[in-house]
Amino acid sequence: MLDLNSITKVFYPGTVNENLAIDDVNLHVNKGDVICIVGSNGSGKSTLFNLIAGTYPVTAGTMTFDGADITNKPEYRRAMTIGRIFQDPTRGTAANMSIEDNMITAETKGMKGLRISLNNEKRQQYRTLLSLIGLEDRLKDNVGLLSGGQRQALTLLMMVMSRPKMVLLDEHTAALDPRNAQTVMDLTERFIGEHQLTAMMITHNMQAAIDFGNRLIMMDEGRIIFDVSGEEKSSLTVEKLVRLFRDLSNKTYAHDAGLLTKE
Amino acid sequence: MIEGIFVDGLVFSIMVIGILISYRILDFADLTCDGSVATGAAIATMAIVSGFPITVALLFAFLGGVLAGMVTATIHNKLKIPGLLAGILTMTMLYSINLRILGNKANVPLLRVTTLYTKLPTIFSFMAPEWASLVGTLLVVLLVKSIIDVFFRTDLGVSMGAMGGNEQMVISQGINPELLKMMGIGLSNGLIALSGGLLAQYQGFADANLGQGMVVQGLAAIMIGEFLFSSNRISLLTLRAIFGAIIYKALMFFGRKYGYLVNITPNDFKLLTGILVIASLFIAQTRSAASSAGAKRKAIARSQQRRDTMEEESHA
Repeated sequence: MLDLNSITKVFYPGTVNENLAIDDVNLHVNKGDVICIVGSNGSGKSTLFNLIAGTYPVTAGTMTFDGADITNKPEYRRAMTIGRIFQDPTRGTAANMSIEDNMITAETKGMKGLRISLNNEKRQQYRTLLSLIGLEDRLKDNVGLLSGGQRQALTLLMMVMSRPKMVLLDEHTAALDPRNAQTVMDLTERFIGEHQLTAMMITHNMQAAIDFGNRLIMMDEGRIIFDVSGEEKSSLTVEKLVRLFRDLSNKTYAHDAGLLTKE
Repeated sequence: MIEGIFVDGLVFSIMVIGILISYRILDFADLTCDGSVATGAAIATMAIVSGFPITVALLFAFLGGVLAGMVTATIHNKLKIPGLLAGILTMTMLYSINLRILGNKANVPLLRVTTLYTKLPTIFSFMAPEWASLVGTLLVVLLVKSIIDVFFRTDLGVSMGAMGGNEQMVISQGINPELLKMMGIGLSNGLIALSGGLLAQYQGFADANLGQGMVVQGLAAIMIGEFLFSSNRISLLTLRAIFGAIIYKALMFFGRKYGYLVNITPNDFKLLTGILVIASLFIAQTRSAASSAGAKRKAIARSQQRRDTMEEESHA
């Protein structure tokens, strides 16, 4: 589905701040893959997502999605098929608008026309959808009034409504309290299962990375240092994973276990 | 006399709706306005002087404004500079263009030609000419208001509002934000130019300096409107802008009429308008501070009450 061929990203090339963020990464994502990505801060996980989503251009390499070259496609065009949720709950929804207006914007991808699509039939559908996250009576409330967890759940709902082929989840539960994080995570799992989505998820939660999905990727210094799937992945434990990280990343962090938190 | 204030305010209100779109809905601080209002006045005047019908002249004025707004949006989009700077650039360039449109004259009168305000009294011949002007302008404003209200309820209009709140969100929905900005800023300046076209006909001439300080006046009107009532519905936002525009013009009228009593001349109006905007911002701030202070008092009272009842229970 998604192929990254020798993708490299250098920030601020030619300056003293030059920084090799992604170093010759090759990755093949199969249709239906649910991939967890782990790695310490600054290992290039979020940069990889930004490159796949098209937020930054790549320095070198090519990218194809469903066979089509997307290396130079602008972000908004890629967003037609690739959904994305950020760590910051405020980035997925517009706070100055009501829930129903936010949802009507997510209903169809792409440029909008001069039709008024929001009608009572749509409202009824939205109410049913919103009952999944307990917001069915707040259609007309501004999104700015919701809590972070509610907003993230709404973002997830809106992303599913727009039927993407693939989703990028960038630590989308990290800013939430444990209970809300669990709710959002359960919903994520449910939607991915129901709609057979292909997904990539960045997480610092080792246990979640082991339990969730069929494939696990570990990143360090802009490279993929470890890629397992199937049986091999399900036999992993948190201890094994942390040990692997220590061996593979050949770093002498005093607290690298702390960087990859268990909880 | 009172009709004059209303006509003045209503003509101005179309511009205020334009500024409302850029500043409040798109969250784009656009200074093109100071140039595009004069562009609208110049285009409408020259079109009428060269014999075009009034409606066509106003349509040209609107389109001229749309073009000016799209130039600002293009500069902002392609060169990645802040909207504020893009607007200042367009506004400055427009000053020369406006002089060109006016045939290298700073001032072109609308004498011995039919304008909206010489025509209206003949259409509504059963009322006094001043009232005819008022009714005619009101109809134009209501038409513009209803079109804008409907537009911002369409899918396209809603996505423009979404961009004002969160640009990343519209990108994530597969919408090109550059295109939305082109359309939004274009629409905003189209309305501003339309207002300029009406203003030229109302005052009987177009002036290259017409636009000076218009943005601040428009913001003042928006802020006055925001004191009237609060809402997130587009029809009420535009209604509020219209009321604000009329109130602002009324204040200016009384300033002109009775200002001499406190030694204020029209020369002071720009200063006073600026102070009005600052005062509005200050009042809005103190209001929210006051309501949070009120919430704090209530919270303290609540916890005090809880402690009292607990003490009573322990006594009992």
